[in-house]
Amino acid sequence: MSVPVWNPAVEFMEREALERLQFANLRKTVAWALKTPFYRRRLAEVGLTHPEDLSSLRDLRNLPYTTKNDLRAAYPDGLLAVDPEQAVRLHTSSGTTGMPTVIYHTRRDLDHWTELMARCIVAAGATARDVFQNMTSYGMFTGGLGLHYGAERVGMLVIPASSGNTARQIQLMKNFQTTVVHATPSYLLHLHSVLAGEGVTVDQLKLRKAFIGAEPHSEETRRKIEELFGIQAYNSYGLSEMNGPGVAFECVYQTGLHLWEDAYILEIIDPHTLQPRPEGETGEIVMTTLQRQATPLLRYRTRDLSHLVGGNCPCGRGHRRLARLKGRSDDMLIVNGVNVFPSQIEDVLMKTPEVGTNYLIQLEKRGSLDRLVVRTEIYAKLFTGDPQTLDDLRERIGEALRSAILVKPVVELHEPGSLPVSEGKAKRVVDLRPVF
Amino acid sequence: MAEQLSVFVDNRPGRLNAITGILRDSRINIRAMTIADHRNYGVAKLLVDDPRLAHRALVEQGFAAALKPVLAIAIEDRPGGLHELLEILAARQINVLDAYGFVITPGQRAVWCMEVDDPVEATRLLAAHGLHVLADGELYHL
Repeated sequence: MSVPVWNPAVEFMEREALERLQFANLRKTVAWALKTPFYRRRLAEVGLTHPEDLSSLRDLRNLPYTTKNDLRAAYPDGLLAVDPEQAVRLHTSSGTTGMPTVIYHTRRDLDHWTELMARCIVAAGATARDVFQNMTSYGMFTGGLGLHYGAERVGMLVIPASSGNTARQIQLMKNFQTTVVHATPSYLLHLHSVLAGEGVTVDQLKLRKAFIGAEPHSEETRRKIEELFGIQAYNSYGLSEMNGPGVAFECVYQTGLHLWEDAYILEIIDPHTLQPRPEGETGEIVMTTLQRQATPLLRYRTRDLSHLVGGNCPCGRGHRRLARLKGRSDDMLIVNGVNVFPSQIEDVLMKTPEVGTNYLIQLEKRGSLDRLVVRTEIYAKLFTGDPQTLDDLRERIGEALRSAILVKPVVELHEPGSLPVSEGKAKRVVDLRPVF
Repeated sequence: MAEQLSVFVDNRPGRLNAITGILRDSRINIRAMTIADHRNYGVAKLLVDDPRLAHRALVEQGFAAALKPVLAIAIEDRPGGLHELLEILAARQINVLDAYGFVITPGQRAVWCMEVDDPVEATRLLAAHGLHVLADGELYHL
């Protein structure tokens, strides 16, 4: 297999050269950061007042972390490092859990972001001949515009469909023979369940690839999407604080997500002790931007959990690979003292053919104990009509979950299509426990 | 043999009438219906005049539904009518899994519906004793 590549000079760069580039860009980034009152104060605390105070990449470890709360406190312009006239776009986060955050971009910043996106798209095997339907929302959500500009730069025919209106998505896919889509995994599963109702079969579509991201999902979910549509699905990782998508992406070998290390310095730390984790061990992803002048971020704690994949990828790229995201450190549920990730529950459900693709995890308090309720929909085509089979199924799922997460949940079976479907990021966890 | 329609239904207000509404819209007549409750869900079992059409209508509206053969037997509506039938099965160690009955003409005809562990043997046995196992069409012309 010949390896498709967008920017061979950077993508195949030797480690040593890559680290030299990182260091040069880190100094530039620190110079930009020192233009903001936030970082001037924060870096002065560790005795850094000038980019030349950094003598090697290792010195990064002496810099303080930046957190989501810092971004919130700096809202709306405490982290703007350029003259407002130089900024050409901003993206704010939804602020559902508190104050919103904002990231500004200069024209050059956007150009860099688009370049990273183009690398991702080509690495996953898409080309200028593809018809690309972008099914994530445009606007403040970075997934829409990020992929849009990247796909245009590659030269794909771009359909800016945005999210929702599934019947129209299917019509567009059919009429324009869409070959590549970008969507959340839960939306693609939803779209597939609607196909038949629209009188369309998978064979009538020309789909060959999907880029999936914006929600943590399991390998089983990816395989399910690939099987249902008969395509390849590539995992995309990004977060709005690091532009959005384009941070890390799978190449055609699907062996983990290459993180573009000329644009970001990656660290993986223990979220409690803040010490670096050895390669292969799970920890919190910490990133430093290297190419964003308008809002530079140093050692940003993403709260996302993953680990580095060891060894070399057959594609030959030296940019290291992140394993599939394990969840967010703030996604983690603590149930009667046991750490549980929603992705572990999803794994079990996706391995059970008799249940559908939609589910809901609910946490309740019963006396002093937590109760974990897993609600899932039965898959209509495998319903036999026999109540005993359903009881057995519930028992089987409960047992599989208990051995996966060490907590015995209450499993509820529901009618197909009865659990809420979100056409954007799916809301899968409801915590009804009172907060003390 | 008659066909029985099983429908998976959430155990909450408004779900049963969603089923009966779909059947009404398809002009389906319900002969009998039972519901087995299993905590948060139930399985509704229905005998209807056009099981295939009813099944299609429900599946189109997103319900999980299945068709399964069921033994429907015409018996006399009098003391001992059901007992005679069950004696025949008991004598051959055939186990009844799920069952319900309804009256067609009071004092004359009733129908007994059941799922058994050995439907082929049960059918043969009942026929040998002069009891008639009804087909779908017959069920609606009693």
